[in-house]
Amino acid sequence: MIRLAIPVLGLIILAGLPMFVSEYELGLMIGMATYVALASAWALFSGHTHYISLATVAFYGTGAYTVAVLNESLPYPAVILCAGLIGAAMALLVGLSTLRLSGIYFVIFTFGLAELVRQLITWYEVTITGTLGRYIFLDLTAQDIYWQMLALCAIAIGLTAWINRTRLGLALRAIGDDEIVAAHSGIHLARTKLIAFTISATLITLVGAVASPRWVYVEPLIVFNPTVSFLTVIMALLGGANRLWGPLVGAIPLFLLFEWLSVNFPDTYPIFLGLMFIGVVFVLPNGVLAGLDDLRAWLGRRGK
Amino acid sequence: MTTLVLGLVLGGTYALLALGLTLQYGIARIMNLAYGEFTLLAAFVLVFLFQSAGLSPLLAIILIAPAGYLAGWLLHTLMMRPLVQRAHGKPGKLEVDSILATFGLLFVLQGVMLVLFGANFTSISYLDQGVNVFGVSVALNRLIAFAICLVAGLGLVVLLAKTRWGLILRAVALSPGSAPLVGIDVNKVSRQGFALGTALASIGGASVAMYQTFSANDGVVFTMKALIIVIMGGVGNVAGALAAGFALGLVETFVSTTFDPGLTLAATFTIFLAVLIWRPQGLFGRRS
Repeated sequence: MIRLAIPVLGLIILAGLPMFVSEYELGLMIGMATYVALASAWALFSGHTHYISLATVAFYGTGAYTVAVLNESLPYPAVILCAGLIGAAMALLVGLSTLRLSGIYFVIFTFGLAELVRQLITWYEVTITGTLGRYIFLDLTAQDIYWQMLALCAIAIGLTAWINRTRLGLALRAIGDDEIVAAHSGIHLARTKLIAFTISATLITLVGAVASPRWVYVEPLIVFNPTVSFLTVIMALLGGANRLWGPLVGAIPLFLLFEWLSVNFPDTYPIFLGLMFIGVVFVLPNGVLAGLDDLRAWLGRRGK
Repeated sequence: MTTLVLGLVLGGTYALLALGLTLQYGIARIMNLAYGEFTLLAAFVLVFLFQSAGLSPLLAIILIAPAGYLAGWLLHTLMMRPLVQRAHGKPGKLEVDSILATFGLLFVLQGVMLVLFGANFTSISYLDQGVNVFGVSVALNRLIAFAICLVAGLGLVVLLAKTRWGLILRAVALSPGSAPLVGIDVNKVSRQGFALGTALASIGGASVAMYQTFSANDGVVFTMKALIIVIMGGVGNVAGALAAGFALGLVETFVSTTFDPGLTLAATFTIFLAVLIWRPQGLFGRRS
């Protein structure tokens, strides 16, 4: 009971915070919520299976671009629904063609996917519609976006918690441990991976759709920024991608650090981030939370 | 005919790039996502040497190739070796770790290049007078780049197939578990394979710089194309990588001349999808 009460209480407090903060702080909170949602949704699939998806921004950007294209012709809820459907269809296409094979094909495909989608949209806009760049005029305040993003965080983390308790979660963990054993114990590998990947990618697309009104002006180079994919992976890894709260623990400090770096070192921050990423892979391969557990166990052994 | 000649010239560079990547993945078992960044780095160094020191690109390549080997050697020793040791022979663990580590490296190198050389498109004009090849006018610099790729690529194929050293490399690629039984130092050979791959990447990059415009953000595209060629040819299959490289060069030139240059990556991906669905073991690979 208490395990459920604390997150719900936290959510209520977070939902009430916009009443007390400034416009700038609210912007920061939207950014944090965006990355918590992205990292949690990413970890929903990649955390247990160890199938590293490098295509976060392909889905995120698709979500944002869908809103940019449709925001004047459809009501907002329908736009969001369309974004979700397009994201799911894209995930099914990627998943069906790569997840039946070994993991490396999936990684390679997702590695180039963002660039592919970006070039296709650019080509389409330049040659067919003749414009590059679109405007998003939606009657949404920063608070509305914050609440929607908070809801997406809650959905991503809640869904992960729920999946962890179901047969699907068990199957995903088995696949991450040993795919051959998992297949022999009767798990339908491709279907299991496909379901989890589609859920994860759809959530990421929705995050992009919800975040998009903050930009006002959208063009492929802006929304398909590879840094988003990069940050999502490093955040989830830092906290611990196979832990329920790991992505959240990694996302909040890294987002603040990223903000600080991009303001103070606008030219060199990718270098810092890359070095940090390598550092995380080397020093904390299982994340901070697992590191803390190890430390506690080590202290416990020493205490005896 | 124009498409054929230009496509073969482009394919030569791709084949060389794919050859380097297949060495790294086949021998050292490291999936290097920062591969295209090494290519670009070599391209920038060539432009820098040409513009500031007035060094002829042909001379510069002779300097860049060993530098690439050295960079790969250092990278393997400092960064990849600890990951190999940590994986304790579990290929899945090494794969995930190396993908993540080189993904981080990609951003470091890209950041360094953006700081040093800026985000603008860069090119040099070097020997750009036309030469008549089978009735098609091809710039001389393209032909030289093609010759360099051909010499480096075919030279390596011969070395791998005919020499004792090539036999050792192939033994490690085929069966890293059994190679120590016949007295092969797998770690040393992996390092050589990885460094050789980086050297090929830098030769490829330097030859790209001689005839093409490029920018610091193009690394991902180079890596992607090299990866797709490797898969088309079958992982670790050197001759397959060469053939697939030429094939991709032809298809790309065809698409960009008949349809639109903006669709070349889409064409690459379409081929990739077709290969994945039809022959995941590679066009020239055997079913395992």
